[in-house]
Amino acid sequence: MSLTSDHVKRVAKLARLGLTDAETAEILAQLNSILNLVDQMQQIDTKNVMPLAHPLELKQTLRADAVTEMDQREKFQNTAPQVNAGLYLVPRVVE
Amino acid sequence: MSDITDLSFSELKKALQNKTLSSTETTAAFLDRIESLNPELNAFITITRDEAMQSAKKADTAISDGTATAYTGLPIAHKDLFCTDGVLTTCGSRILSNFVAPYDAHVVSRCKAAGLVSLGKLNMDEFAMGSSNENSYFGPVRNPWDTSRVPGGSSGGSAAAVAANLTPLATATDTGGSIRQPAAFTGTSGLKPTYGRVSRFGMIAYASSLDQGGLIAHTAEDLAHGLGLIAGHDSRDSTSAVQPVPDYTELLNDSLKDKVIGLPRQFFDDRLDTSMHNAMDTVLDVLKSLGATTVDISLDHVAEAIPAYYVIAPAEASSNLSRFDGVRFGARADKPTDLLDLYERSRSEGFGSEVKRRILIGTYALSEGYYDAYYKKAQQIRRLIRDDFNRALASCDLIFGPTTPSTAFIIGEKTSDPVSMYLEDIYTVATNMAGLPGGSFQGPLVSGLPTGYQLTGPNFGESIILNAAHRVQTATDWHRLIPEGL
Repeated sequence: MSLTSDHVKRVAKLARLGLTDAETAEILAQLNSILNLVDQMQQIDTKNVMPLAHPLELKQTLRADAVTEMDQREKFQNTAPQVNAGLYLVPRVVE
Repeated sequence: MSDITDLSFSELKKALQNKTLSSTETTAAFLDRIESLNPELNAFITITRDEAMQSAKKADTAISDGTATAYTGLPIAHKDLFCTDGVLTTCGSRILSNFVAPYDAHVVSRCKAAGLVSLGKLNMDEFAMGSSNENSYFGPVRNPWDTSRVPGGSSGGSAAAVAANLTPLATATDTGGSIRQPAAFTGTSGLKPTYGRVSRFGMIAYASSLDQGGLIAHTAEDLAHGLGLIAGHDSRDSTSAVQPVPDYTELLNDSLKDKVIGLPRQFFDDRLDTSMHNAMDTVLDVLKSLGATTVDISLDHVAEAIPAYYVIAPAEASSNLSRFDGVRFGARADKPTDLLDLYERSRSEGFGSEVKRRILIGTYALSEGYYDAYYKKAQQIRRLIRDDFNRALASCDLIFGPTTPSTAFIIGEKTSDPVSMYLEDIYTVATNMAGLPGGSFQGPLVSGLPTGYQLTGPNFGESIILNAAHRVQTATDWHRLIPEGL
C-alpha cells in the first residue's frame, strides 16, 4: 500500500518531528519508494517461523540489587540546554 | 627508513618496543599529517593535539620506566559515535554538535587503559545512517584514492583516515556494513566482530540488535592486535557475551590446507559488476594456491535481507533516537512556545533528512495496525537468514564474497535516491542480521580504485577470518598499495 501525506503527518506527530508542507511532500515520495523495497518481504512464506529478535538469543542477565552508580548529577547536567537547582527546565506545562 | 606515518600499527608496535621510535615523535608525525591533509579529506571532526601530545609524553615515561603495556604509546582515532570523556562527541549530527560526553565508552576506556594515544574523533554519516558519509552534518569525507569519490559509510572518516595514513588504527561501528563497505572503498582492512563480542556501552545507539563496534586498519595482523584490546565481557552492556578472549594473533599464520571456503551463488549472480567478479576470482585463486578448497553454497533469503533490514533498523532507531528531545543534552530550538514545539523543532532542526526518513519509517512500522505486516515479518525473515548461514557454515569454515557490488562511487551520485544507496549494502547486511563476524580485506585494484573481499565466519570465529586474510596479505601486496599523490 502507499502512504498519503496525512499518513506522513500523523507519523511525524507520533515521532515528534516537525515537518513543513514542502518537506512532507518530498518525504512522502521517498517513504513510498522505501516501502516499495520493504514490501519485497511479502513474497516470502513465513508461516510458522518464530520471529528472531536478537542474534544471540541471550538470557537476560541479572545483577545484585545494589547501588552501583555514583551521583554525577552536576557533571551530567553540564550538557543540558537549561537547568536550575538540579532540575531540567522546559516551557511551562501546568498553568 | 620510510616515513613514520607509512608504518602499520604492527610495525609501529615493534618500533616503539625496540625504542627506534618514541611515542612523542610518532604522535607528532601523525598529527602533522592530519593537519596538512584533513582540510581536503575531512576525515576528522575533532583533532585533539594537546591531549594526544600529553598522553604521548606519559607513554614515553612509562616505556622508559618499564611500566608500559605492549601497546603503550601507539596512535588510534575514534569514530565520533564513541563517547569520549571531556571531548566533543557529535555522532555526525547537528543535534549533538555541542555535546561534550561526560564519560568514556567501554572501547575508549580499554584503549586508554592499554596506553594508546587518541589523535581525535572521526567523521561519519549522521547517527551511522548511510553508506557514503554524505549524511554528516560536518560535510562529506573524501576518498583518498580519488577525492571526487565517497569513502563509503557510515565509518567513512575511519576508513579514509587509515587509507591516507592519518592514523594506523581506527575504531568504527557496523550495523549493516558500516565497517566493511568503507574498508572496501578505501583499500583498508576492516573487521565487524560477532554481535556481543565488543561492549556497546558508550556507543551512541542506532539499531541495538545489529550495532557492533570494530576496527579499521591496514592489515589483518593490525586488526588482531586491536581486537584483543577491545573485546571481552562488560557488565554495563547486557548483550555483551561472556566468552573468553583468545590471543587473536596466535592463529594468523596457520595453514589454510584444511580450510573450506563457501561460495554463495547469490553473491556471484548478474548483480555483480564483471570487473568486480574478476577481482574476486583473482583473490580466490590466491586462497586456493594457499591450500584452501571451495564449495558452492546457497543463502536462499539473502535478497530479502535489505527489505527486512529497512524495517528492523529504522524501528529500533525510532525508539533509540527518541532520547534526543532538546531537554537533557544536545541542541534545543530557540524560544519554544510550548513543550510540543520544543520537541518538534529541536528534533526537526537537529536531525538531517536521512535520519528523519528512518525515524518516520520506523515509527510507521511500529504503529498500531502495521506491526505484524512489517516488524514481525522482518523478524521472521531474520530467523530464515540466520538459519541459512547456520546451514552453510556446517559445510564450510568461511563464506567468501565481494564486499560491495562495485568500486567507490562519485560524491552526489546516489544522494537523490535513498533506495539506490540502500542497495549498496546487499552483500553486507545479512551478516548483521545473523550476528556473525565479518571482515573486508583488500583485493586487486579495478581501474585504479580499491576492491574489497568479504569473509564471514561462525560466531566468535574472528581468528579464522583473520588467519585467512593474513595469509592472503602475506602472499600479495594489495594491502600495501597507497593512493597516489598523498
